[in-house]
Amino acid sequence: MSNAPVNNGRRRFLTAATSVVGGVGVVGAAVPFIASWNPSAKAKAAGAPVEVNISKIATGQLIRAEYRGKPVYIVRRGKDIIDGLSGHDDLLRDPASEEAQQPSYATNPHRSINPEYLVAEGVCTHLGCAPTYQKGDFAEQVEGVDYGFFCPCHGSKFDMAGRVFAGVPAPLNLVVPEHSFPSEGTLLIGIGQGDA
Amino acid sequence: MFANLMAWFDARLPVTDAWNKHLAQYPAPKNFNFWYFFGSLAMLVLVNQIVTGIWLTMNYEPSGDGAFASVEYIMRDVDYGWLLRYMHSTGASAFFIVVYLHMYRGLMYGSYQKPRELLWIFGMLIYLVLMAEAFMGYLLPWGNMSFWGAQVIISLFGAIPVIGDDLTTWIRGDYVISGATLNRFFALHVIALPLVLVILVFLHILALHEVGSNNPEGTNIKKKKGSVPEEEKSKFTFHKAYTDKYDIVDAIPFHPYYSVKDIMGVVGFLILFCWVMFFAPEGGGYFLEAPNFTPANGLKTPEHIVPVWYFGPFYTILRVIPDKLLGMLGMFAAIGMLFALPWFDRGTVKSFKFRSKWHLFNLVQFTICFIVLGVLGTMPASELANLIGRIATLGYFGFFIALWFYSKNEQTKPVPERVSK
Repeated sequence: MSNAPVNNGRRRFLTAATSVVGGVGVVGAAVPFIASWNPSAKAKAAGAPVEVNISKIATGQLIRAEYRGKPVYIVRRGKDIIDGLSGHDDLLRDPASEEAQQPSYATNPHRSINPEYLVAEGVCTHLGCAPTYQKGDFAEQVEGVDYGFFCPCHGSKFDMAGRVFAGVPAPLNLVVPEHSFPSEGTLLIGIGQGDA
Repeated sequence: MFANLMAWFDARLPVTDAWNKHLAQYPAPKNFNFWYFFGSLAMLVLVNQIVTGIWLTMNYEPSGDGAFASVEYIMRDVDYGWLLRYMHSTGASAFFIVVYLHMYRGLMYGSYQKPRELLWIFGMLIYLVLMAEAFMGYLLPWGNMSFWGAQVIISLFGAIPVIGDDLTTWIRGDYVISGATLNRFFALHVIALPLVLVILVFLHILALHEVGSNNPEGTNIKKKKGSVPEEEKSKFTFHKAYTDKYDIVDAIPFHPYYSVKDIMGVVGFLILFCWVMFFAPEGGGYFLEAPNFTPANGLKTPEHIVPVWYFGPFYTILRVIPDKLLGMLGMFAAIGMLFALPWFDRGTVKSFKFRSKWHLFNLVQFTICFIVLGVLGTMPASELANLIGRIATLGYFGFFIALWFYSKNEQTKPVPERVSK
């Protein structure tokens, strides 16, 4: 090395500029590594909408459909269940469905397009377990309410509109997925009313 | 011949020097008790996990369709496959038993205190990576508890405001736990995390040898250079890296004294380990949970989702807090508190033997709370369990808070200058 005079300001500038350009390069190189963790095109295709035949569901019966790997509960609610929905608002955490757990067209007391059909993901909003449908014997969980969903994992409770009861671990009502009824007796999960 | 060979190596790599510095001439306090077995046992289990893990990958198939069947294939059709798998699954639980005891040793004898804070931090990082490693490994058999356990833990991240949902999808690589999740967990479990783990263990030991080992009395075996009369010094030859800076008292070389003593620990450990492995490999349903003998099914939740026992304490803290986000924060804070332990403890007396009654009481209540939290974590939730769990959670966090207050002006007994006879 010669002992030529050193321009420290210039050196600092060059070091900083090199670091910044190198840093941008590192960020750029990180993109493919991070983005490759996103769902692949195949996974996205498998998450396409699902059509369900609902013409044969008996009153009070629950059937399960699978949408994006999640169980979707479809219950045909009888008149007694629909009438019973308004009887326990004071026990619920979010009786008016103010949290956006449902599409706007299902933000109503029965949380559905058609009062007769409940369409909700059977995934507890606490930690993702599948709540059990208690048909007629839900009163053992909540006095005076005969129908509801009880999560066996941590004891969360939901009514027949998927609304969560207060005082349980689950913070939110069950998710109502985008859905629509393209024809009589057919339910389409994944495409909302008016989107198709 | 051998001397010439060693000389050839030593001229090119400090082999003999490293052997002496870290083993044959490393000064270890002469009063180690059985609590000091667990560091070397942890290394033994790590080696067991790596070797059996490599062999398991030779027959395991990381895919949603093939994983469960390939584990059954290993169990039934591969020669000694059952043994390799049970060595690995029993080893996972043994790893946590050994590591918890190792950490508890540090807690009792104040081994985390100055100047060993960084050593403690490396240890905590090892513990953290170990938990990630165990969590990801538990998904691989693709049993129903594997699936739902991962579902519960990954959905925790959904509690994070704004980015939560996208983050969970990104972690899973799908809208649900699927083969994509299984494959990335496999990659992390067999390559990324073991690599990090080995590097951290290396740093942990390097940091240990820089500051030196603590001992059950918390005395300092490194005295100021020139302060100890010749006849008082330890009679053994120690590496100049230690004797150049300090006068060493009450120490013996790690090898052969503790290497031999540790073999004694290994024998005892292996007797217990082999008993579990051969006679109770499922560990009574705690090491391998019953629902995991049925394949993963996204539409059927096991009746009680409980984590493997070693996550019990933190899982209980998560679920007794009646708010999803706060529950998650509470769980991570519980681990964060341990990281910060060297700074919660403002005392300078290390071993509980010379500390106040308050400290002993605090240590005992912490131990009880931790065990209670662990037991509750393996049980289904109930009102009573939640109440007890909340009390134990307060006890857990209370330990650190109380420690911070009383350790400043604690009434301690005098610490002996030398290890007592």
